[in-house]
Amino acid sequence: MGEKIVLRYTDDPEQSDIATYVRKGGYQALAKALKELSPQAVVDLVKRSGLRGRGGAGFPTGLKWSFIPKDPALPRYLCCNADEGEPGTFKDREIMEKDPHELIEGIILSSYAIGAHLAVIYIRGEFAYAARQLEKAIRQATAKGYLGRNILGSGYDLDVAVYRGAGAYICGEETALLESLEGYRGQPRLKPPFPATAGLYRKPTVINNVETLANVPYIVLNGPEAFAAIGTSRSPGTKVFCLSGHVKRPGNYELPMGTPLREIIFEHGGGVRDGKQLKAIIPGGPSTPTFTAAHLDVNMDFESVAAAGSMLGSGAVMVMDETACMVWAALRLTEFFRHESCGKCTPCREGTYWLAHLLGRIEAGQGQDGDIELLLDICDNMAGKCFCPFGDAAIAPVQGTVKHFREEYQHHVRRGGCWRWSVDRGP
Amino acid sequence: MRTAERFPERRTGLLPALRLAQDEQGYLSSQVLAEVAAIFELTPAEVEAVASFYTMLKRRPTGRHLIQVCTNLPCALSGADELLDHLKARLGIGVGETTPDGLFTLETVECLGSCGTAPVVQIDEDYHENMSAEAIDAVLARLAEG
Repeated sequence: MGEKIVLRYTDDPEQSDIATYVRKGGYQALAKALKELSPQAVVDLVKRSGLRGRGGAGFPTGLKWSFIPKDPALPRYLCCNADEGEPGTFKDREIMEKDPHELIEGIILSSYAIGAHLAVIYIRGEFAYAARQLEKAIRQATAKGYLGRNILGSGYDLDVAVYRGAGAYICGEETALLESLEGYRGQPRLKPPFPATAGLYRKPTVINNVETLANVPYIVLNGPEAFAAIGTSRSPGTKVFCLSGHVKRPGNYELPMGTPLREIIFEHGGGVRDGKQLKAIIPGGPSTPTFTAAHLDVNMDFESVAAAGSMLGSGAVMVMDETACMVWAALRLTEFFRHESCGKCTPCREGTYWLAHLLGRIEAGQGQDGDIELLLDICDNMAGKCFCPFGDAAIAPVQGTVKHFREEYQHHVRRGGCWRWSVDRGP
Repeated sequence: MRTAERFPERRTGLLPALRLAQDEQGYLSSQVLAEVAAIFELTPAEVEAVASFYTMLKRRPTGRHLIQVCTNLPCALSGADELLDHLKARLGIGVGETTPDGLFTLETVECLGSCGTAPVVQIDEDYHENMSAEAIDAVLARLAEG
């Protein structure tokens, strides 16, 4: 197995304590950066490493940082997006609970790079234990002089605050996160202006995912070449794949970018449970179109997954076996999107409602002729027409399952029910 | 209010204040919302607009323990529906209801970010992972003894 970065030490139950973290080389990257590197040099290192955002979009991290205006008189902020809520995704929680100092060090380095003196970790409200782990890590780091005023005698000051959300998936969208942080309903803002020029309190702001920031200490300490040597040329580094569903060994697996889907599911996950046949795979969270067993040889990096017609997304690999009904699965995921639509724009608010309504009718055996076409028509009326990327994400379960499993939809409509009803009541 | 002091704009303290009020009062009554609004120099409607957006902020009382069963796809693939049926039968209540003794409220929630250890049930602040009917019964018995 290749080298691990962000989950390298998470098996050690003592890893969340600063003494253990430091003993294993923790905060050396910070000491090196503050002593030897200018903020611009840190930005350049991350640019050269090729690190891309791990929250789903894959935007180059160093490039994002370089959009921050150079005028040092202008306040600027770093926000760590820890609002992990994409169904099937549970990687950031593991990093925060088990190796919180790795994230804190990444945040300090990144804040130094962009010249921020306040960084905020926006963590979803349900993650109470992870929030406590981060608070403890911040106290420990402050006591040791890695945080606060005049860090390690460098003259650089930074305050890191943990801010708990209150239950809203949309706050993982970066501008909705900023609205929430400012004390409003978490509804997305129009872009442009982008957060790099007008973000938190209308000031320049960088928003990075937990896994992205947790990679930064490794890059600073070992150099961009070491990082770029892992993974593929355009998707360097590792990726944490969150494996769930009908597999023998679900869990987080940190593997080089470009690892084939087959290896993730069969070698690491132990294959499909109970000797069943693999039927469908959602490769990167429900916002990403469905794959089938025919896609097992797709390499899991940004380019390869896109070329195969889906997206790497957050790396949430959800596996379904032959007992899963695809209409039922699409309904579950669409109900999620209906529940989480923020209601700001009409195509998303109404579209998710009608998709869930129609799917519910089809799944219950009450579907009518033309329902499948109507589903696709609603998707078409949402695609590219919603206020934020949520709308495009919300149509992926329907489009993906109709594309690959249209006969299951037809069975529901023509026969007035699920094919499973005559087999068993699984899954 | 520590959060408000750390941030340049006071209104950032609104969500933490609402959470604090809920922790103390159990839920956010109209009176509590009005008091919070006064502190932040906002109208009650502005505060209500925020409170009604977030699922963790409760506008009605819940039982002493809030049981939240994740029914999103990864948990559903791992038996969440059966677990929910079991809880309904054991507690004698439906989703969104509270037991007559006021001890438990049962809710379903969207993904809790614990899909590798599905199915997962959150009770108050704690996660209970890899849940089965027997395991959740043991947890409830412990809480009932409280």
